[in-house]
Formats: sequence, structure tokens, C-alpha cells
Amino acid sequence: MTDLVIIGGGPAGMSAAVAAYESGIRDIMILERDENLGGILQQCIHNGFGLHRFGEELTGPEYAWRYEQKVRELGIPVKLRTMVLDITEDKVITATNEEEGIFQIRAKAIVLAMGCRERAKGALNIAGTRPAGIFSAGTAQKYVNCKGYMPGKEVVILGSGDIGLIMARRMTLEGAKVKAVCELMPYSGGLARNIQQCLHDFDIPLKLSHTVVEIHGKERLSGVTIARVDENRNPIPGTYEYISCDTLLLSVGLIPENELSKCAGVDLDRITNGPVVDQDRCTQVEGIFACGNVLHVHDLVDFVSQEAQIAGEGAAAYIRSLEEKKGKTGESISLKTDGKIRYTVPQRITAHKDVTVYFRVGDVYKNVKINVCNEDGEILFSKRKAKAAPGEMESLVLKKELLERAKELKFELEEMDR
Amino acid sequence: MYDVIVIGAGIIGGMIARKLAAYDLQVCVVEKEGDVAMGATKANSAIVHAGFDAAEGSLKAKLNVRGSEMMPQVTKELGVKYRRNGSLVIGFDEEDKKTIHELLARGRKNGVKDLRIVEGEELKKLEPALSDKVSCALHAPTGAIVCPYELAIAAIGNAMDNGVDLELDFEVSEIRDLSGCYGVISATGKKLETKYIVNAAGLYTDKIAKMIGDLSFAVHPRKGEYILLDKECGSLVSHTVFRTPTKMGKGILITPTVDQNLLLGPTSVDREDKEDTAATAEGFAEIIRQAKENVEGIPFGKTITSFCGLRAVGSTGDFIINSPKERFINVAGIESPGLSATPAIAEYVWELLAAQGLIFVEKSDYNPIRKPAHAFREASMEEKNEIIRKDRSFGKVVCRCESITEGEILEAIRTNPKARDLDGVKRRTRAQMGRCQGGFCGPQIVELLARELNMPYEAVTKSGKGSVINMGRTKEV
Amino acid sequence: MKRELTCIVCPLGCSLQVELSEAGEILNITGNTCPRGAVYARTECTDPRRTITTTLRCEDGSMVAVKTDRPIPKDKMHEAMKQIGHVVVKLPVQIGDVVAEDVFGSNVVACQNRDFTLRD
Repeated sequence: MTDLVIIGGGPAGMSAAVAAYESGIRDIMILERDENLGGILQQCIHNGFGLHRFGEELTGPEYAWRYEQKVRELGIPVKLRTMVLDITEDKVITATNEEEGIFQIRAKAIVLAMGCRERAKGALNIAGTRPAGIFSAGTAQKYVNCKGYMPGKEVVILGSGDIGLIMARRMTLEGAKVKAVCELMPYSGGLARNIQQCLHDFDIPLKLSHTVVEIHGKERLSGVTIARVDENRNPIPGTYEYISCDTLLLSVGLIPENELSKCAGVDLDRITNGPVVDQDRCTQVEGIFACGNVLHVHDLVDFVSQEAQIAGEGAAAYIRSLEEKKGKTGESISLKTDGKIRYTVPQRITAHKDVTVYFRVGDVYKNVKINVCNEDGEILFSKRKAKAAPGEMESLVLKKELLERAKELKFELEEMDR
Repeated sequence: MYDVIVIGAGIIGGMIARKLAAYDLQVCVVEKEGDVAMGATKANSAIVHAGFDAAEGSLKAKLNVRGSEMMPQVTKELGVKYRRNGSLVIGFDEEDKKTIHELLARGRKNGVKDLRIVEGEELKKLEPALSDKVSCALHAPTGAIVCPYELAIAAIGNAMDNGVDLELDFEVSEIRDLSGCYGVISATGKKLETKYIVNAAGLYTDKIAKMIGDLSFAVHPRKGEYILLDKECGSLVSHTVFRTPTKMGKGILITPTVDQNLLLGPTSVDREDKEDTAATAEGFAEIIRQAKENVEGIPFGKTITSFCGLRAVGSTGDFIINSPKERFINVAGIESPGLSATPAIAEYVWELLAAQGLIFVEKSDYNPIRKPAHAFREASMEEKNEIIRKDRSFGKVVCRCESITEGEILEAIRTNPKARDLDGVKRRTRAQMGRCQGGFCGPQIVELLARELNMPYEAVTKSGKGSVINMGRTKEV
Repeated sequence: MKRELTCIVCPLGCSLQVELSEAGEILNITGNTCPRGAVYARTECTDPRRTITTTLRCEDGSMVAVKTDRPIPKDKMHEAMKQIGHVVVKLPVQIGDVVAEDVFGSNVVACQNRDFTLRD
């Protein structure tokens, strides 16, 4: 029996491990499928990480190294090149690696920190052929940054998520010509600074309200047809334009990787595609916690680390409570949203303490008020925001006194200009 | 000098080659593509039809029913997944019901077992996801599903293990009649000699037949688009759900696959261009529209891929299996229910060859059994650990969506017919076939291919020829 | 004359407005939420600079991530890439080790640790 097993040694897993250790738990094991700690940060060689956490701009590998050093200093055991195959509700983990074969570990508590994956091209049903040369942006990033190979020379990017923007710059610097970035929505899902430093700096056109309608080429991609879309995201006849290119990169969204969570019987949120959790990031399965991009997709790794710290501390408290034979707390407040606000994390609160709630809106808004109401519609808390966009996670702090006045909390967005 | 050259390494050519492999003969399969199962075999509905569709007395009807009966044994020998899930032809109105009764009568005449019509509550119980608008259905318990390219790969692999040769990238450009034998010449000038030829070139059977002066038939491509949904959707329906055929065609079917995915399609558009596999937005819209009528609650958001296949439609309306010239057999126009008929087609071709004087002497060391490609996946934990102890690469998971290990991928690259590119690995192992579609494991599989085949990393292709994955090293392009 | 900029100092990405004189002197900066934004606006209008990150090949064929340890002139980015393109990194290399000196006033340093084991 191991006290705490952490599934994934990326930024979330490492931060959760360190936090649990610092909360007094010593019997910890990190399981990581790659041959290094750090997860996806190892291929994110650009800088811009760590301003919140470390007060300086780091590259992905450097950010990972800060945490890896900490994990090593504390002597937290790590199994690398180890893939977890299954987790049961009673917390038996089945994993495999080359040295030990398939083995099982029983844990008192588990932190899920498997990260997310990119939405694949298949989900898009784009018309045309299926040649080589179509990659998700992260796969191209792996080829360029980790393997040292160029997946193409003339590139069109569909989707303006941050990875797509970062790869536009990266491939340009390596000598490729990025001909256009097409974004289905009338706004970009990426950070404003990435549009500046990854596109504008290199005169790469960002085509908002555009999509790829057809793929051309037999063996290798030879071009794509793009089109402007109307407000219902349907291509507008007469706006079709052929762009010759040998590579199409897709940056069309990230999906939390919750296959193992499902094995463990963890309830998932329809909107986030991640587990439903409480303020400690505990799922409805007692002792199974989740944090980082497996819980909901974050914009900044700094917030992943922060969230994982909460989960690590939560798991530590849970393990201690087992020893103290303390019962579960009874009451729980569920957090609802109005649709304009798409989701909150956590989705329920079971403790009487101040809780920071993270949330994301579904559209671009200016001059809004975020209202938190109780089950009677009474506004308990309001916060004004000059702007809100789907690409930026928001947060607010609910005071413990406020929590005493509600059985249910609804997050609503009020547009002040209307 | 070969005894038989089979032109085309699809499911038809593969099953014929395997049949011939049981005898003391020199056999070679030639294929224009860089891998086997590259034509209609890799993109069709993956159905083993019960046999009620084809007209009584037709070759289609005869070979379908026989093939469908043989399929459990063949798939068992070849270690290929096969599931007798039963099929339903659903009807919405009185006209459909009339057609369904006709199908029932025809099926019985064709010798299909256990056919019956199901209605109301019983139907709802049999297939709860059917739309409420469905009023009746023809239930065929002998309908089944199989993975066509898995079957083709296994058949050719088994044939090769029993001594059959495979020549890839061999596009037949000329056939010479050399008095008593044939010279088969490739587009690149390679020349093989053979006593007999079996023309199983799919869409190009008419072109091959022309080379020996047979102009009696033509083959044209019929485009069929498909949408494939995630494994978590494979239990939405348990049967293969067909619509009642109309003058407009058979319509869109919904079926689970042997790998637990949900497959929707095909559209049906006659084309001229035999290489045009471009899918269309209209096609996808049509699939979605019809599928929604058939079954409630299809989660289209769980689509993992969509693709387009070309079926080889013959000009006669029936399978064209004949001998237009001595020692030359056409196996053409094998459209639906072609897959179902394949074992019976192989048997039929064997009879035709025998009638043409080919002597069949059974091989003493013939082994009809092939180790299943999915053996490791289905082993117990103890068995797996036994394998890992001998070969640690089976302990390393490469494809995380489908949990495919390095050992399984290496096996696909090392066993007949050997995978040479990413798609080849995909079709043999399912690595890259999950929800991330190779996003994570692609770069790693490229590395394994480069290492095993001793080629530069950037020379590895998606699907042979010019379909390179990378264009050079960074700082060098 | 007015210039609109997007601040790239932090993920907030503030919209900055810079008022310039005919001679290019900065008269006024607005839109920034922190002092670093003003500094960015000033340099962006006078001497725009960027940090470059890229990868270099190590002697065992593996790749290592590197960066310029300070921003270099924006218009020299491609030239800088050319200048360091041929560098082969000696192993072992530690985070912070200088792998190329004086690239437009900056040193190129490693962002990853690499030893001699040939990597996957």
C-alpha cells in the first residue's frame, strides 16, 4: 500500500507531489509515461512560463526543471517510462514498464494529473483527401523541437490556439513559410501577446471567421481551400480561396485526457470534459483527486502548478483523515453556471473556508458583472470585469461567510452595456 | 516461372493466394501500391452480409451465402476478429414493409437461415436505440462484422508464411502471351513469368483484362464516404442497422465494428476517376441526416475520423468471375456483398483453375493457422508478463489511446506482410487509430520504422510513395 | 503620431497607445497596467527586441533547447538563427551553459540538461 500515487509527472503531477510532501506525506510515488519528468513542457521550448510562480520568464524545459529539482531534493520516488493502464474505484493502479512488466499498486489516495491532448483532425470532417502533411500543432512541435525534423515548408494553420500561434513562429524561424492562420471564430482563442510576437512580428496573416473547407493532394498535401464563414460558422459561397501548401497544422482545441478517470468511475463534467471536483480538487470518488489540464484546460502553466498544490494538499489532508478516522463532511454546495459562464472549477464546495473559484466565459464580452447568487436568486457577491474572453480563465474568491448563506451557488454574467 | 500470379493484394487477391498456398505451387501476388489492402479493402462497411440482398440464382447470392457460412472458420484460423452481431433492415412505412417482406422471401430462397420480421415492442427490445419512427425490421441473426483489412493482411500473411511471394510497388503495365505462359511486366520494367493469372485488381480489373484482349466488361468507381466514432460509442447499437433499400440505393448503415467503434456510411456516388478519394461536405451531411433518422442519440461530437472509399462496380450487375482466355481468370466487379463472399470466391476460383488444368497437390507442411495480431492485447496479465520477460518491448506502451506496445508494433514491422509505413502499422496494430489519431505516438512510430527498416527518419512515409511525414532536418530545409 | 501596440511582457497582453513626436520622441504612453508595460512600449518604439528560443543538435544527434540570454534586435532574428544553425552542442550540457557566444550581444544558453545517452 502506497499513501499517495500521482498519475503523471508533468507540471501538475510534480507540483501535487511537492505539496503533498510539504504537507507531511512521505510515501509518495509519481508514475510518468515519458522518459523525463516535465510532460508537455519538454517540447514547449518557447519562453513565457513562470511569471506568476517564479517572477521571471522561463522556457518550458526550465520551468519543468525547477520542479524536477524540488522532486529530486525531496527524494520523491518516480517511475519513468511507466504507463498506467487502469485505475479502479478502490484505488488499485495497474501500470506497465519494460523492467517490471505489468504491476499493480494499491494507494490510499490518487492524484490524477494526466494532462490533455489535442483535438484531432478526424473530429473536423473536412472534405477532400487524406494525404500526409496534416498534423496537430503539438505533434509538429514534437517533430521540430524534440526530434529535430521539419514536417513541412509551406504551412497553413487552422485554429489560433496558443500552440498553433507558437508553431507559426517556430516554423518560420526554422525557415518555413507560414501562409495563413485561419480561425473559425471572429476572435482568437490565443493570448494577445502571442498574436503579436508569433504572427504580427513575422507578417503572418490571421484570418478570423475563416476555416479550411477542403484538403487537396494525393500522397502529400498540395493545398487547402479556405473560406470565410458566416455567424453560424457556415462557409460563405464566393469566398473560397485556394492556398498551396505542403502542411496543415491544426490547433483546434484541447481535451482533458480522462480515460483513466473513467476507469476509476470518476464523474466527468460535460463542459470541461474533466472530473467534477470540490474545493480540494477531490472527485466524487473518495481519495481520488485531479488537477491541471486533466481537470480543465488551463492557459498558463503557473495556474496548473497552483491548482496542483491545492490537490496535493487536499490529498495529504485526506490521507491524514484516514489515520484520524475522521468522517466525511456532510453538506455540499453545488456551483452552477448560466451558460454565458461555461463552467466553474470547483463544481462543488464541501468545506467552510475561503474558496477561489475559477471559471471561463463562452464568448468575448466587454464591461460585464459576474454575479454569484444563491438558490433564491439573491446576489451574494458581484465582481466587475472590463473584458472577458473564452481564452482567459477568470477567478474570484468566495468568502467563507458567504458560503454559509447558500445551498447552491449560481454564477451569472451580466452585460452592463445592454 | 510461377504457377500462378495473382494481380491485386486486396481481400480478394489475399484470400485466393491463401487458398492456393495450401498446394504445391509457386504463387506470387503482385500489388501496385506499397502495401496490401490499399483499395476498396481498406474503406468499406466491414459487414459479413447474411445473403438476402442479391437476386436468386446470381453469383452474388450463391457466393455470399456460402462465404458467410465459411467466415467463422476462416477468421478463426487467421486469428481475425469476427462477431456475429446480426443485422436489421429497418422500415419506416408500409412501402418499406413491403420491400422487407420481399427481402425475407428472397433471403429464404437464397438459403439464408433464421430470417424473420420483427415489429413493435420486440424490435424496441432487440435494438433500443432505434428511432421511434422505425416500425418494423428484417432480422438476420447470421449477419456479422469483421475488419476487412485485418482479414486481408492476415490472409496474405498466412499465404506468405506458407511460401507465397508478394511483390509490392508492382503495377502491371503489360501482359505478354508467351505461348504456354504469360509474361507480366511492371511499370518499372520488372518482369515475371507465370503459367496462370488471376486478375483481382479491383477497380483496375478491366484495365488488366484489356491487356489480354478481353473487353467484355468495365469497372467504375462508386464513392462511399464514412464517419467513424470513438470506441465509447460502439455499444450504441448492437446490430448492423441497414435502411430498406430503395431506387436511390441501400442508404446509410450504422454498425458497431469489431474494435468497438461505431461506423456510419456509406454514401454512394458513381464517379469516373478511379483515384479520386476526396470526401465531400455534402456526403458527410447526408450520412448525418440519414443516421439521425435511423437511430436516436448518435454522439457525432465523438467522431474520430472520416474517410472515403471507392468500390469496384462491374458493368454486368453481378460478380464477374470467368475465364476469357486460357489460364487467365477474371475476378471483377466484386462490390457488396464482396467481403462476405471472399472465402467462397477463393474456392470458386480454385475450381476454375482446376478446370483449366492446374494440378493441385496438397502441401504436407501447410499451416492454415496464423497467430492473431491482437494476441498480446487479449492475453491475461500473467501471460503478458511472461511475454514481457522474454521481450521487454512489450512492456512499453507506445500508442496510449489503444494501449499498443512497442513489441506489437515491432511485430507488425517484422511479420508477413511487413508494415513499411505509418498507415501500415496502423492497420496491423491499431496504433494511431484511437482518439488522438497518432498525435502522440506518430513521432515514436516513425522512429521505430526508421530503425527497423534502416532508413533515414525523414524517409518514413504515411502511406508509401511521396507521402513523407517530414521534409528534412531542422536548420537544413 | 500614434502607435498601437500589444504588450508582450506578460500573458495579460495589454493594449498600449504610444504618442510620438515627428522626430520619434515618445510623448505619452497609456494602456499599460504595470510599469514594465511602459518600458516595453518605449523599447518597442525605439529599439524593438525579442528573445529567441530554438533547438540545437548535440554531438550525439539529440536535440537540446536553447535561448538567447537576453533579447536581441527584432530585425536580427533570422540572421541570429543562421549564425547558430551550424552549432553542434558538446555534451554533457547543463541548463544555463553557454553554447554560443555573442549572438547580437547575447549569449545562447541551454534550457535543458543533456548527457551522453542517446535519447529516444
